[in-house]
Amino acid sequence: MAESAQRPWLSATIAAGVLGIFAVIGAALVGVSYVATADRIAQNHRDMLLAQLDAILPRSEYDNALLDDHIDIQAPASLGEGSIRIYRARKQGQPVAAILSPVVANGYSGRIELLIGIRVDGSLAGVRVLSHKETPGLGDKIDVEKSPWILGFAGRSLDNPPEGKWKVRRDGGVFDQFTGATITPRGVVAAIKNALIYYRSNGSNPFETASTHKEGDNG
Amino acid sequence: MADIDYKRITLDGLWHNNQALVALLGLCPLMAVTNTAVNGLGLGLATTAVLLMSNVTVSGIRHWVRAEVRLPVFVMIIASFVTSVELMMNAWFHELYRILGIFIPLIVTNCTIIGRAEAFASRNPVGASAVDGLAMGLGSTAVLATLGAMREFIGQGTLLAGAHLLFGDVARGWEFSLGDNYQGLLLAILPPGAFMGLGFLIATKNILNKRASRSAQKAAQSMPAQAAEA
Repeated sequence: MAESAQRPWLSATIAAGVLGIFAVIGAALVGVSYVATADRIAQNHRDMLLAQLDAILPRSEYDNALLDDHIDIQAPASLGEGSIRIYRARKQGQPVAAILSPVVANGYSGRIELLIGIRVDGSLAGVRVLSHKETPGLGDKIDVEKSPWILGFAGRSLDNPPEGKWKVRRDGGVFDQFTGATITPRGVVAAIKNALIYYRSNGSNPFETASTHKEGDNG
Repeated sequence: MADIDYKRITLDGLWHNNQALVALLGLCPLMAVTNTAVNGLGLGLATTAVLLMSNVTVSGIRHWVRAEVRLPVFVMIIASFVTSVELMMNAWFHELYRILGIFIPLIVTNCTIIGRAEAFASRNPVGASAVDGLAMGLGSTAVLATLGAMREFIGQGTLLAGAHLLFGDVARGWEFSLGDNYQGLLLAILPPGAFMGLGFLIATKNILNKRASRSAQKAAQSMPAQAAEA
């Protein structure tokens, strides 16, 4: 390339131009893919969320558009300090249950995100683990796919067992720990208890605030 | 380049220069996602798709891209394809997408892809590059799926668990299970299991290669003898 050796600026300009052209082509490709998949992805997110909520609260128990009826709160330190979304289930306008997502528990290896449903009477509709990094075979028994342990919380409340007994057995409570893993269930039990306490101290407030749902907001 | 040896390119990708067993490239996802056969297969196929598209594209533009900017251009091409594949998996294989998580965008950093772009696609015609990409991708996929199957079987006593995530509802009955009584060997599921499993696979390949070359030697030695007798 004798020509470009004499005029290095030309060579550099062409190189930059080529790079720029491919940047534009690449961005266009990603843009087209995004537009082509955006609706489906949004629908997948809603389906996924609805499937999770269904596991906690059967659809027959409420008649409002649950995914669209929610508020976002700033979580107190006891629930993980992030933003928590509260879905409000109602039947004929009357509050049925509040579903908190996510409540953060401290596991053996980091955050455990929980979905917790609480009925208006203060009893648990159900609890599921949304995500965790616990040890496979030990702490991952909190996952409903691995063990039915988490199902044992449905119907419990701060009276059942009494507040002082909301601990794993090793700490003098009523909930089973797992063989070889105590820290994980301890964290989960504490987080659920904190959620119940939060709900009790806030009474019907979560149901009275206007929904923060906006059009195009997919949870 | 009148005649391209497609057979040799294919065999190189699948066996002789297998990117996972010989080149030892792309080991991060190999270790991380191979806890089940379906996870390994899913990531392997996604990687193969990207590799095929990037090889074809890089080969197609090899005369226009100047040497001094080729690497940034290759990286940009690969990143665009990976992002597109990620979006499509999110749309059509949503549950698998959630399981594989961060390892789909990390396909960008898989050295196999930039390696094939630079070492092969930028110097060869489109057809040969396509075959190379496909063969290299499938070679890696086979290792991912095999390692996943081994770890899944030893670790939790199942095979093809979650096949419906990849193949749709028809695959729901494909799962093979040793039953609930199988306790599972935790070690196989944990990261060390991936290293050991890969070690065994590499050792197996080396043994097979050694046998093949020994029998080839024997054949070569006996050949002149036969010729002399005749």
